[in-house]
Amino acid sequence: MTNENAKGRFGRFGGQYVPETLMPELNKMAAAYEEAKKDPEFQKEYADLLANYANRPSILYYAKNMTEDLGGAQVYLKREDLNHTGAHKINNVIGQVLLAKRMGKKRLIAETGAGQHGVATATIAALFGLECEVFMGKEDTDRQQLNVYRMELLGAKVHPVTSGTMTLKDAVNAALQDFAAHPEETFYVMGSATGPHPYPMMVRDFQSIISEESKAQILKKTGKLPDTIVACVGGGSNAIGSFANFIDDEGVQLIGVEAAGKGLHSQDTAATLELGQVGVFHGMKSVFLQNKSGQINPVYSISAGLDYPGVGPEHAALAETKRAEYVGITDDEAVAAFEYIAKQEGIVAAMESCHAIAYVQKLAPTMSKDQVIICTVSGRGDKDVAAVAKYQGVEINE
Amino acid sequence: MSKIQDALMGKKNFVAFVTANDPDLEATVENVVALAKGGADLVEIGIPFSDPVADGPVIQAADVRALKDPDLPIERIFEAVGKVREKTDVPLAFLVYFNIIVQYGYERFAADCAKYGIDGLIIPDLPTEEQGELRPYTDEENIDLISLVTTNSGERIPMIVEKAQGFVYLVSSLGVTGERTTFAKNLKEVVRDVKRNTELPVFIGFGIHSPEQAKEMAAIADGVIVGSACVAICEQYGKEAAPHLEAYAKEMVAAIRG
Ligand SMILES: Cc1ncc(COP(=O)(O)O)c(C=O)c1O
Repeated sequence: MTNENAKGRFGRFGGQYVPETLMPELNKMAAAYEEAKKDPEFQKEYADLLANYANRPSILYYAKNMTEDLGGAQVYLKREDLNHTGAHKINNVIGQVLLAKRMGKKRLIAETGAGQHGVATATIAALFGLECEVFMGKEDTDRQQLNVYRMELLGAKVHPVTSGTMTLKDAVNAALQDFAAHPEETFYVMGSATGPHPYPMMVRDFQSIISEESKAQILKKTGKLPDTIVACVGGGSNAIGSFANFIDDEGVQLIGVEAAGKGLHSQDTAATLELGQVGVFHGMKSVFLQNKSGQINPVYSISAGLDYPGVGPEHAALAETKRAEYVGITDDEAVAAFEYIAKQEGIVAAMESCHAIAYVQKLAPTMSKDQVIICTVSGRGDKDVAAVAKYQGVEINE
Repeated sequence: MSKIQDALMGKKNFVAFVTANDPDLEATVENVVALAKGGADLVEIGIPFSDPVADGPVIQAADVRALKDPDLPIERIFEAVGKVREKTDVPLAFLVYFNIIVQYGYERFAADCAKYGIDGLIIPDLPTEEQGELRPYTDEENIDLISLVTTNSGERIPMIVEKAQGFVYLVSSLGVTGERTTFAKNLKEVVRDVKRNTELPVFIGFGIHSPEQAKEMAAIADGVIVGSACVAICEQYGKEAAPHLEAYAKEMVAAIRG
């Protein structure tokens, strides 16, 4: 596993590039997390909530139809879509909210893109009786109305963010600003393995349950390590969780799939690691889509959870050392995969996850039948049905 | 002693702020010169950024106006600074988000600051702990890295001010820039804690807009920093803001030194 030092560095990436207002609180958070990590009580409560509230372990499903149809490697799907609230996000939220409680915080804030992280945060806030406010770009509140209503149903207050490009990056800006204004009473539940230390490390740890389980599951099913892990990358939390327990197994190929939007050669893309440069933004040194002057570019993907101009620092380090490989999948390919996996396997997967599926469709036929791919289905696709219908020219009333 | 510290020691100071290229660079040159003429002791020039996370709505809007063309080369802002320097010796600092410097290159940025006449850098998203990678280059060119202290810095204060240069920027209240009616209650104590650890002047900024507030803050510190109120004047008067900024600076200076 990549070793982050005390200041949260992954190679030259990571760090804490935030206004002074946030430094005291982040330092408290990092110290509290270090203690919690070693506290068996904390770990027990986390494990208990995962098992008895979030429905873990998630199954590792052998996709027989897909495997036969693609005619190459055996495809296994790690079904994070079956978690309570329908995505991997809940793993991380449970961990962070337990930490918030331990720190005596009463108010949770979160940013959200597709709404999945906001829903997960609102859910755990409801469970623990904590106040919850979610920042979401206006563009996203429009395209993910169902999730906005779900959050409100769970008792959260949703703030549509109208600055900048009105998407995930702007929601993070707004959440950071709110955190800076009310640091003492607030816990910012970060939705991905991004941001200043300790978030990238902490989120990675909480999402590592994905590969902890999948490693044991695949060894049990096949008696050997998989050849390839494939996961989609927005900020990179489901991917880093899917990779974590395989990083030291050098024979296991790790592939992160980013959203290429309308194509890697177009302006409308979110493929950070393919097209970005090293920079500092949202508290971290990492890779960002930006212009020559250092202004952050507007980004685009059909999937609200992937259109982020940056990536978590551990992915930047894994890309730089070539331990992991990052590829882009377009809107068209992802929509085709949405339909493909629905018809082949009877699984309606999140648009985000369908980027990973689409890459598996390309990769599996190039591999031999005794090889194994594990692809993480990071979430379920109910939230995307209306948007995909629209993309295909069908208007439906939700 | 640095040029900034030298110019600001032993008096009450007024620091003004404008965003570069709001609405264009000719206006920026005139505005900075006007503020200096009105008596500003230091002028901060904001390099516009796509995502100014430490700034409130007024400065955010100025950044949007300044980035009509998001590809505005930073070199052009340096050239504008050069034009300011033909007309005034007032100490100048950039308010700049760190990514701009990362892209420009640390060494080249520090060298151009020295070449065109920037004396200090205020980098809101570069806390003391992360200053190390840039510091050798700014030290080489005698550019001050100005550190921020906030009302919740607490035990971090000695560590921060030990490395501080030029002056200490004390943030009046938690949150983002923008006009305020109330400030943190412990400001006096924070000023005392800072002064216990450094000889540098301490200026209070964030939220100050009226002469009354400036007077009140100047009474407990060595000066005040006024950002959003200056930017609001730029917003209101567009290319004709210079005389209004000059008048405003005069009024604030009178209140502070009263
Ligand atoms: C289902 C799903 N998958 C993936 C992502 C992308 O996030 P990350 O890269 O942090 O896993 C999101 C984000 O909203 C999501 O909802």
